[in-house]
Amino acid sequence: MDYTIKIGGEAGQGIQTVGDTLARVFSRSGYHVFTNQDYESRVRGGHNFFQIRVSDEPVMAPREKVDILVAFDKESISQHAKELTEQGQIVYDSSSIGAIPHSETDTPNLLDIPFAKLAVDHGGSRIMANTVATGAILGMLKMSTEILNDIISDTFRKKGEDVIKANIDAAAAGHDFAVKNCLACLLMPADVTKAKMLLTTIEAIGFGAIASGCKFYAAYPMTPSTGIMNYLAGKEMEYGIVVEQAEDEIAAINMALGASFAGVRAMTGTAGGGFALMVEGLSLAAMTETPVVIALGQRPAPATGLPTRTEQGDLLFPIFTSHGEFPRAVFAPGTPEQAFYLTNKAFELAEKYQIQAIIIFDQYLADAEWTYEGFDLDKITFHDYRVRGDRLNALQEYKRHAYTATGVSPLGIPGESKHLVVTDSDEHSEEGHIIEDAETRVKMVHKRLFRKLPLIKKEMSPPFLYGDSHPEIVITGWGSTYGVMKEAVDLLSKGMKIAMLHFSEIYPFPETEKFDYLSLLENARMTICIENNAGGQFAKLMRAETGYEFTAKINKYDGRPFILEGLTGEIDAHFRRL
Amino acid sequence: MPTLEDYKGETPAWCPGCGNFAILKTFKDAMLELGIEPYQFTMVSGIGQAAKFPHYIRCNTFNGLHGRALPVATGIRLANHEMPVIVATGDGDCYGEGGNHLIHSIRRNINVKLFVHDNQIYGLTKGQPSPTSMEGMVTKNQPFGVFSEQLNPMALAIALDCSFVARGFAGDIEQLKLLIKAAIQHKGFSLLDILQPCVTFNKINTYEWYKQRVYHIEPEYDPEDRVEAFRRALEWGERIPTGIIYKNNRPVLEERIPILKGAPLVRQPFDRSKLQATLKEFY
Repeated sequence: MDYTIKIGGEAGQGIQTVGDTLARVFSRSGYHVFTNQDYESRVRGGHNFFQIRVSDEPVMAPREKVDILVAFDKESISQHAKELTEQGQIVYDSSSIGAIPHSETDTPNLLDIPFAKLAVDHGGSRIMANTVATGAILGMLKMSTEILNDIISDTFRKKGEDVIKANIDAAAAGHDFAVKNCLACLLMPADVTKAKMLLTTIEAIGFGAIASGCKFYAAYPMTPSTGIMNYLAGKEMEYGIVVEQAEDEIAAINMALGASFAGVRAMTGTAGGGFALMVEGLSLAAMTETPVVIALGQRPAPATGLPTRTEQGDLLFPIFTSHGEFPRAVFAPGTPEQAFYLTNKAFELAEKYQIQAIIIFDQYLADAEWTYEGFDLDKITFHDYRVRGDRLNALQEYKRHAYTATGVSPLGIPGESKHLVVTDSDEHSEEGHIIEDAETRVKMVHKRLFRKLPLIKKEMSPPFLYGDSHPEIVITGWGSTYGVMKEAVDLLSKGMKIAMLHFSEIYPFPETEKFDYLSLLENARMTICIENNAGGQFAKLMRAETGYEFTAKINKYDGRPFILEGLTGEIDAHFRRL
Repeated sequence: MPTLEDYKGETPAWCPGCGNFAILKTFKDAMLELGIEPYQFTMVSGIGQAAKFPHYIRCNTFNGLHGRALPVATGIRLANHEMPVIVATGDGDCYGEGGNHLIHSIRRNINVKLFVHDNQIYGLTKGQPSPTSMEGMVTKNQPFGVFSEQLNPMALAIALDCSFVARGFAGDIEQLKLLIKAAIQHKGFSLLDILQPCVTFNKINTYEWYKQRVYHIEPEYDPEDRVEAFRRALEWGERIPTGIIYKNNRPVLEERIPILKGAPLVRQPFDRSKLQATLKEFY
């Protein structure tokens, strides 16, 4: 069983609430869920959709075909009716968007449910039309409203018993109407029971930051990174985190550096345009060796681009942007689970080496919800690398930028001992004061760059291999293409010896010692680099770092994510040319 | 108790006769009198002649980027609200490159002390006009004279309801010391603009020029009267007021953030015991 439900409508109609609620009902019922969103850069109007894939097997990518299309506007039908499966059904309320004559669509399965009327009749207000719709969809799947009722109770707890009861009644009305009237109800297998966790990559990064001891987050709102700030702001009291909205991204990174200098783990987040403003601060962090973690949400650019859509266009940007030369760590998680653990790794490496760790993701991955059995909190490491209070006081002398074998100097906390903590954006002495002499300059470059870089490189994990162990075809990607590539391998492995290589730890580029991925690529007949960008940035990076050149590329740069059938079709077309 | 010797930093690289020397000496005297030891406070600076200031005194130092001292200082205060944080900056650094940060730091009312060494010129880059250069001033890159209206930092700050607004003069170290101490002791964001002659590049606003114009604001003046303060802030030209022009008791940002009610963030332990409960919220 593998169903897709698409909810379409204008911004402001609440499609996200319906989608989120359904996804939560499915995950709590024990099903595997994958959701993704497509929305315009506006608060009201336009056309948006929320797509849910639900299955009894793990799912991690959007599919082309839709089983239930919930239309809150006419646009949903004109744009998406063609995506319906043969038995697919359209659900809508003719009193809201007008009757849809069968001639307007190929599908015979039109289910007109009076969401608004049922809401008024059973809930007492038209405002509950979305609750009716949510109940109706569960009815079409022959699922009970028990879990939905729990969610309603939680959501409206503060509004009181009356509101809860009205919503539960509204949901029941939608549910009963659908059960009686649905033309081809879908069957959900009932043998899944264990509730799963459901979360987005945004939440995973936020939770990962909390689990890593992040105490300070400064940012300027920018899609698709804003959710991290919102999530952390909701946890301020519980975990003792200060979240400050800065006046711009320049201020945001400088505030984070100030907090880090003062002794707390600090982070900022932004999108490509905001990161462009942060680059000056990135190099300040490098020169002052101040640890900081930056979450970079990609979206189609240049400039404002397509603000709410998706692209993997900023891979080389965070790796190479700088005035001057300095090391950094760049991660590109492909799933919320990877995002959680890699955010932890970013905090650990940033502090251990006093560098800047950047986590890149994109709009598609940011908003997509995934299900998991759970996360293992024992895998989270927390090591305080700072030299505090008594330990600092016990030192005979203290030099913030002392030369050491590893290039890593003791990271003291200002104000906690008689030792002064001094740092400078100018080239500086071990003590942190401005210098001009060539000898110190060379020593400092050695310390910051040549000593640290090989150590950081050793920390980076090799790519993840999935599929055939002696593949003829290797598809390679990074970041958000993980799910769609993995499912493509599953679908195509019946007809070909295929494997996936996925890179989530990108820079410094992983060595081949732990896993000789280069041999794997060289021994394959065809290697395809799959990227959600136009220029093939990872392919270029691979060539620059290893000399290896992929035999083929698949690139998508329309601002939309890869769809499973679309990707398998393209891979298959390449395979046929072999 | 500290002695003056404890504050002795690196040897300054300023021009002989620079107004910064007087500010440096006065600042050390003020810190000594306040009993704030070098390790107890942090100075943040950007780029410019004034921004080298923290190197010439012993203290915790973050010498960052041009115009960006205030957000760094804000981050330090939020992480450690028991540490006095002082920004040393100039008219180009703060009023030019860092203008946006100035506006929003005043709005936040973060308890940072901002000392602007205002010489009405760019010294480090050798003589370009700054936001406080007077209209008509001829420089190498403005051969027809400065066209832009001179920025009035006092009026700007009062318009934003800045918590403490004062002006001092490097040629009047007795008053300057009082103003530095008052700024540090004031609870709230404090802007102290210090008229500081640049003996190399500013041939208009010289020691003599200032001395003929500056006057102490009379003792009976009420600095809490915002409208009167604004009127006073507009005085420039024949007579230039020095002293505390405006102050108020706006609540300080650090005190409004609930989790900073107790120990500073940097001394709050990381409690991992709640993580399992947070994880459960995703089910």
